[in-house]
Amino acid sequence: MMLIDCPYCGPRNETEFGYGGEAHIAYPKDPYALSDAEWAEFLFYRDNPKGDFAERWVHNGGCRKWFNAVRDTLTYQFKATYPAGSARPNVSGGTQ
Amino acid sequence: MADVQELRRSPLVNRTQEMEQASGSAVSIREVRFTTQVGLRAEPGTAGYAALETHLGGLPERVGDVVGDVDSTAVLWLSPDEFLAVNEPDSGLAETLTKVLGDHSGQVLDLSANRAFIEISGPASELVLRKSCPLDLHPRTWKVNQAYATEIAQTPVILWKVGEFTWRIAPRTSFADHVVSWLLDAMIEFSHQEV
Repeated sequence: MMLIDCPYCGPRNETEFGYGGEAHIAYPKDPYALSDAEWAEFLFYRDNPKGDFAERWVHNGGCRKWFNAVRDTLTYQFKATYPAGSARPNVSGGTQ
Repeated sequence: MADVQELRRSPLVNRTQEMEQASGSAVSIREVRFTTQVGLRAEPGTAGYAALETHLGGLPERVGDVVGDVDSTAVLWLSPDEFLAVNEPDSGLAETLTKVLGDHSGQVLDLSANRAFIEISGPASELVLRKSCPLDLHPRTWKVNQAYATEIAQTPVILWKVGEFTWRIAPRTSFADHVVSWLLDAMIEFSHQEV
């Protein structure tokens, strides 16, 4: 069982968490100005890196808050968790 | 008009006998019926938070914290801006707190029928819970009058240590039956004399 460090509740079992896709995708300032292609890109296009990836997670089984995490997609290691709305922290050490 | 207080049924009323039979000196189980539960939401630092804080004598600040205790009114921490106030049946707490909050931003909601409260007590109660709860239940980490929202029996519950050997488990009412079945099964081994 993997432990995920919720910024509000501390380390909890992964079964208490839900996944929410890529983090730091801002809603367009003026959605009406977007072309269909740009709108589709905002809605559906996501990075799929090998290595560190900033993601949204929700602690369903505890505080029910959304937060962000930097996770290594290769090793599944969580390198940092931080509250939603704050900037992505610099984590040292790339893909191991 | 019939009296609602007499007509209402607690979610575990049909398990009462089973729970009595399963209870022994090592561990016993019972339902705490019709507790008043009030959901509170207020962002720390706002006027609504301050109003609730003053009236309740404080609000819990971090995970695990409980303000007050099981014999009076207790406020459990659920998230940084969400709390659960619990006290005895028909206390009118929701009405009082609604007045306290007034027009400030925030929320006071009567959730009394939302969760069932199951109490297990006795020297083996921690051992029963350890089989089903992934959190560290050791008294070194989990002090009396601390509460955490977590999972038992694959079910979201609030687990509250109300005494040295007494725990209250609050699943949503629809899961209460399942949680009781699970706990009764976990209690079987403690109903016999130790060899």
